Amino acid sequence: MDSLRSKIVPVSTILAGIVVLWYVFAVVLNAPFQRDLDRRAGETPTTMEFVVRTLAQKKPTLPAPHQVAQNFFENTFLRKVTSARSLVYHSWATLSSTLLGFTFGTILGIVIAVGIVHVTTLDKSLMPWIIASQTIPILAVAPMIIVVLAAVGITGLIPKALISTYLSFFPVAVGMVKGLRSPELMHLDLMHTYNASRAQIFWKLRVPASVPFLFASMKVAVAASLVGAIVGELPTGAVAGIGAKLLAGAYYSQTIDIWAALVAGSVVAALLVAAVGLASRIVERAMGGRPA
Amino acid sequence: MNQPASTKPATAETARQVVSAKNLGLTFQTNDGPVQALSNVDLTIGKGEFVSFIGPSGCGKTTLLRVIADLEKPTSGSISINGMSAEQAREARAYGYVFQAAALFPWRTIERNVALPLEVMGLPRAEQAQRIARTLDLVNLKGFEKKYPWQLSGGMQQRASIARALAFDADLLLMDEPFGALDEIVRDHLNEQLLDLWGRTSKTICFVTHSIPEAVYLSTRIVVMSPRPGRVTDVIESTLPRERPLDIRETPEFLAIAARVRDGLRAGHSYED
Repeated sequence: MDSLRSKIVPVSTILAGIVVLWYVFAVVLNAPFQRDLDRRAGETPTTMEFVVRTLAQKKPTLPAPHQVAQNFFENTFLRKVTSARSLVYHSWATLSSTLLGFTFGTILGIVIAVGIVHVTTLDKSLMPWIIASQTIPILAVAPMIIVVLAAVGITGLIPKALISTYLSFFPVAVGMVKGLRSPELMHLDLMHTYNASRAQIFWKLRVPASVPFLFASMKVAVAASLVGAIVGELPTGAVAGIGAKLLAGAYYSQTIDIWAALVAGSVVAALLVAAVGLASRIVERAMGGRPA
Repeated sequence: MNQPASTKPATAETARQVVSAKNLGLTFQTNDGPVQALSNVDLTIGKGEFVSFIGPSGCGKTTLLRVIADLEKPTSGSISINGMSAEQAREARAYGYVFQAAALFPWRTIERNVALPLEVMGLPRAEQAQRIARTLDLVNLKGFEKKYPWQLSGGMQQRASIARALAFDADLLLMDEPFGALDEIVRDHLNEQLLDLWGRTSKTICFVTHSIPEAVYLSTRIVVMSPRPGRVTDVIESTLPRERPLDIRETPEFLAIAARVRDGLRAGHSYED
């Protein structure tokens, strides 16, 4: 209970601070347009009226928190999930490709790490390429991946998922290389005294030793996957997904919609990271971890 | 002082020789140039002996144990274990090795840790279970099968690691300062238990330590080593009986042997630094 309180108090303090700042910025940023409106309408509102109006614009430069909250609430809970206006519908579109890409990426990352740890040539040749791959701006590559795959007849979920894969395999590969190399010398010597084969050392020592590293890197990878999925929706003219919603909002200057979609995106991200964290805790418990 | 380690005539003894080192040397290449970890080590260990290696750090006692275990390759001389090369002996799982730390796998329960070498050797499940029960009983850890290492004290962890080394019934037990990290009360207790275990199993034990009382209390033979280069400076046969209650350590006989060990260490200039 105490630990809960010790977490809630600082977090909500920061949150309150952000909300206050947000309102201040909303007023300041929306003021020029509001002044313009009032001048054209020939009105001279009091300061209080003016502030309220800056926070109630239809297409504000920076929507106020309550506007975003209201939009988010309406589009999440009051719409049918099959409706194209529902944030649940869009979140699911993004989530499904995130999960597919994340699964691909995790598997690919593990395979690459196993290769790097066991094959000296791969260790020397592959790592620079892997690092270089992450220096390429994904926004530039994403349309090409979509176009190329569409040309060979692959459309829909897979191309989007592949962009998630592209972003998520990297942390997993790097983390797993470290994890598979994490066993202490003493443990390796021990296996050596048993004349254990490489396969036995791998399965009985390296793999279990790497599990904490796997989950740590999966937490990073799952967030990267979500970014990948959203980015993948931007250049494709996708009709569904958080990315599509962001793009549509940008076209029609629906700033409140954009912000609500961003909130939906961060909710999805939080859920994904929490899910990985939960899985990590369950596995840790099963592997005899000392309760914290 | 550099008397040969083996004082036994090389006759019918050969068959009962567990470890035989001739003119053994090992030089490590380091950034600061070559370091002679072992130089001209001649040593024969017979079946059923309890041999301690004692000396200050850097004298090569751990290195010698690791050479016997084929964890290091000698750069000169020869070594044979049960008449085989060290590598063949390791491949035949001729020895159990106990490290300075318990080195238990934290994700395995105590019984699964003891099962590790048995799994590697591909023993059937039923036999694994039987051996686990027997060896855990041998080190008095019955009832802790399902516990994870962190739930056990340091002394119990080290006992579990001894059980793991005993589980596959190798005749030779190599122990590298196994009780060095434990407090003296626990160490005394484990020393007593180890002697008891040795008496019951008739194993050959090579035991590295830097404690004079521990070496004298446990051993039938004490090999005194000294650094730069790592070498054997004295081999002391113990005159103590095999039955050794803890209070044997106050007897004049015990103290006399301890004094000889101390002299041996001093003669090897081990106290210089």
